[in-house]
Amino acid sequence: MILVLFGVSLLVFSIMMIIPPGRRAAIYVKQEKITPQQMEAMIKKYGLDDPAPVQYLRWMKSMLSGNFGYSVTASAPVLDGFKEYFPVTLELVLYATPLIILFGVWLGTIGAVNKDKPIDHATRVFAIIGYSLPTFWLGLILLMIFYGYLGIFPPGVLSNKGKDILFSPSFKRYTYILTIDSILNWRWDMFWDALYHLMLPTINLVLLSSALILRLMRSSMLESLGQDYIRTALAKGADKKTIHNIHARRNALIPVITISGVLFAGLMGGMVITETIFARTGIGLWMARAALQLDLPAIMFNVLFLGTVFVVVNLIVDIVYAYIDPRIRLT
Amino acid sequence: MALHTAEDTIKERNVAIHPRLQEFTFSAKRFLKNPLTIIGLVIILSFAMIALFAPLIAPPQNADPYRIPHTGWKMAPSPPSAEHPLGTLEQQYDIFYGIIWGTRLAFKIGVVVVAVNLIIGIILGSVAGYFGGITDEIIMRITDMFYAIPFLVMAMALVVALGRGLKAVIITLIILGWPTYTRVIRGEILVLRDRDFVLAARASGASHLRIIFKHILPNSIYSVLIIASMNVGTIVLTAAALSFLGLGSETGYADWGQMVSMSRNWIVGPADNRLAFWYVVIIPGLVIALFVLGWNLLGDAARDVFDPKMRRR
Repeated sequence: MILVLFGVSLLVFSIMMIIPPGRRAAIYVKQEKITPQQMEAMIKKYGLDDPAPVQYLRWMKSMLSGNFGYSVTASAPVLDGFKEYFPVTLELVLYATPLIILFGVWLGTIGAVNKDKPIDHATRVFAIIGYSLPTFWLGLILLMIFYGYLGIFPPGVLSNKGKDILFSPSFKRYTYILTIDSILNWRWDMFWDALYHLMLPTINLVLLSSALILRLMRSSMLESLGQDYIRTALAKGADKKTIHNIHARRNALIPVITISGVLFAGLMGGMVITETIFARTGIGLWMARAALQLDLPAIMFNVLFLGTVFVVVNLIVDIVYAYIDPRIRLT
Repeated sequence: MALHTAEDTIKERNVAIHPRLQEFTFSAKRFLKNPLTIIGLVIILSFAMIALFAPLIAPPQNADPYRIPHTGWKMAPSPPSAEHPLGTLEQQYDIFYGIIWGTRLAFKIGVVVVAVNLIIGIILGSVAGYFGGITDEIIMRITDMFYAIPFLVMAMALVVALGRGLKAVIITLIILGWPTYTRVIRGEILVLRDRDFVLAARASGASHLRIIFKHILPNSIYSVLIIASMNVGTIVLTAAALSFLGLGSETGYADWGQMVSMSRNWIVGPADNRLAFWYVVIIPGLVIALFVLGWNLLGDAARDVFDPKMRRR
């Protein structure tokens, strides 16, 4: 795993090295105008034209010592920006992920149990449409219908009233996750406000990401329904519901776990777009803005961070997989 | 006169058609049986027609045909009319023109990126799978690296590093796309490498190159081609997403993602008609969705047909 992380850092570093030293020096420029000589001096001073391995070691050293630079888009050091934005993203992930999995598993099971019946075709069509719809388009349509036409579910994280509560002196921020903090402060009005704003982005992510789970669940459920032990259970007279829900689904769920890594990656990509559309100030929106303003420290930190999380998620998936599937544990 | 027995038929068939051709006709027949495939095929063929005849359908008015003509600078979009069959975007960019030439651009991006990816993937995958050892190790560890970062996130970073714009988007997608094919081809080749027919070819003195191209690749190419057809849609979708984020082509370019991005200010209409600008939001996105859907349907059907586990003879 260390090796993979090393690879990730190498990749991020190589992306950074594509940028010519002159433009990388811009990170350090404080004054508005700068002469070519000054630029030359800056490049020399920060060693931006040193051999790549030297620069890599220097970069790694500053990363490991927690010095991630200054983010222009956040108008704060990268780490402070991260502390501000990350909880917003985490909150959406925490609400969306269980719903995506439940929804996908539910529809996948329905499809498999009713194989080749109209409802199965309906779920397949849903899955393939979910695969094809652009995240940004669905988001805009949801906004147009719900916010534009019906006047509900506005974009943003909180209404003005909610923000007043958030920034009032008596409000204590424990986790920086709004729905949790509002409960801890016993401000249910703010809790509902935050939840109200979470609704559309969550729907957007669930509609698009559950297709992946749905397809896998359907095929793995079909496979486990064809196993001998299912026939045995049927022969013994167990009712269909028990067989489907207990005997078949449990085993069918195993492959779904392995896909969670892929789901995570898709979710992170979807997050950049979803947060941009629904104006949620998380790391997705931060990255989108940073990309527009060439805010390199912010981009590189987030790529490195998400890459690290991704690697860890995949490791956990492997461990969990081995734990729940005795066939793998015992070999 | 001798009776025509079933064995004769089999014999005739085996003589009449090359087995690979026979396989192909069998697959094609199955392929066309599925109604979803037909829909996918119709969608893609229609788009291909549009792309091919773009200069006739929407005659270019600028030196660069991909630049959408616009009449005036009025900010608010205009609804569909005789002059603008699908209405205009903000600053009066014609939506119809953008869709037509955007189709050509989408094909260009999708086909170029996937083709280059396939070539790189096939070469690296063959080398890794066929020769094994340290070469394999190095190539596969590099592909692992690419898998360790969420795709869109890395694409964003790379586009920014390459200086943004359409060219940067295409180069980015080329750089990031090949590992999938490399992995699949390598896996296929590992399975075939030690089969008898390959050993026979080697024993009769065929060169490595000949073995790979003549004996191994034809047997393993289907699986990558299926992935490739599904990826054309994904690639166009990713390019559109990058354009939507403002990292792709500049304003007024016939690029679907860019067009959707231009609709962002118009999702809420004036007070008397909240959905006044529906055409700006709906049309460009719908076209992207249809294009991607078409490729996905094709890829899906192809997988069902070619997957030996799914086909029942």
